[in-house]
Amino acid sequence: MDTWTFGWTLALIGMGGTMLVLWLLSLIILLIKKIFPHRPEPSAAKKG
Amino acid sequence: MESALVNGIQGLFLGVVNIGIGQVIMIAAACLLLYLGIKKGYEPLLLVPIGFGAILVNIPEANMMGEGGFLRFFYDAGVRTEIFPLLIFIGIGAMTDFQPLLQNPKIILLGAAGQFGIFITLLLALALGFDKLDAVAVAVIGACDGPTAIYVSSKFAPHMLGAVSVAAYSYMSLVPLIQPPIMRALTTEKERKIIMGAAKLEPISKTTRIVFPIVVTIFASILAPKGAPLIGTVMLGNLLRECGVVERLKSASENEIANIVTLLLGLCIGATMEADKFLKAQTLLVLLLGFVAISLDTAVGLLFGKAMCALTGGKINPLIGAAGISAFPMSARVVQAEGQKYNKKSYLLMHAMSANAGGQIGSVIAAAVMLSVLQGMGIVAG
Repeated sequence: MDTWTFGWTLALIGMGGTMLVLWLLSLIILLIKKIFPHRPEPSAAKKG
Repeated sequence: MESALVNGIQGLFLGVVNIGIGQVIMIAAACLLLYLGIKKGYEPLLLVPIGFGAILVNIPEANMMGEGGFLRFFYDAGVRTEIFPLLIFIGIGAMTDFQPLLQNPKIILLGAAGQFGIFITLLLALALGFDKLDAVAVAVIGACDGPTAIYVSSKFAPHMLGAVSVAAYSYMSLVPLIQPPIMRALTTEKERKIIMGAAKLEPISKTTRIVFPIVVTIFASILAPKGAPLIGTVMLGNLLRECGVVERLKSASENEIANIVTLLLGLCIGATMEADKFLKAQTLLVLLLGFVAISLDTAVGLLFGKAMCALTGGKINPLIGAAGISAFPMSARVVQAEGQKYNKKSYLLMHAMSANAGGQIGSVIAAAVMLSVLQGMGIVAG
């Protein structure tokens, strides 16, 4: 593989791949937050 | 008897007789690193052992990196095997609070944009005539993440480990000087004055904080298997922090293990700075490209921040894009200080922290993606 094919392939897939993986991660975080929402401690709730 | 005396005296002055100009220059450069670390406070935890290691390895006839040398022992055990940077990653994971990111997950995209400098620098390095894998090692300075740079360069270009590591850590400590002029150049005064709403400090459940590192490890490692050691060690450290049942392991990871490995890793990096290997025009190019990489990361992060600002109707201050790099939390503090210069009512810190935490994950993901693509292209073995 010549240098420029290597360079452009790695750069484009690298940038796109990083963006894609992090975007998917942000969706996963939203999903985890939905599945495990924060609930106030029972004692705190009573006090409140 | 006479010849024995002469030989004995010659042996005493062997170092003096054999010292070369290159070694003198490198010892002076090592002293400069010690000065920067001790007097100026630039990443002292790394620069002090690196500087001292560089002095030791340039002492003539001491043969510290030769077969059986004590620096060679640590180098073979920890750097060639890639164990040291991975152990440091466990410590980083144990020290990092990803809560700002969990509170504002969309901002993680700034952490991706903040890694684009890596890939643009890769093209620049190739244009300047670097070999493919050498160019990868130089480009990864743009991860703005010392252990990632060390991991990748020790894997693909061990002969450049010293230059890459020194560049990575030096520029990370210079973030407060490098970023502000780029921020001013790429944003308008109106944009810099944008007040972002108080960061939404929604509480995050403990279960979410525990599940996060486990899910990230499984998901990201399956997508980019070659990066599993990087992702896995950071997230292991974070799990130790968040699960709350292994306080001793968490404490050891962020203190004893991280400290011992930092010392040995620094010495080993210094040990790669032998005069005949380090004093080359290529080293200057590596230092220059490292600066370019971190500047490009900042620039692309800011441009992405501007795009988000436009898409949200001016609700996002583009300055937080500069915090999409991995220098945590220094970069977030720089953004906060810069925002305050233009609007005293502007508090960007929590938003910038989210972007900065995204940058921490982003740098590891970018390296993981890069390693997996290299494997897919057949450039490196599986």
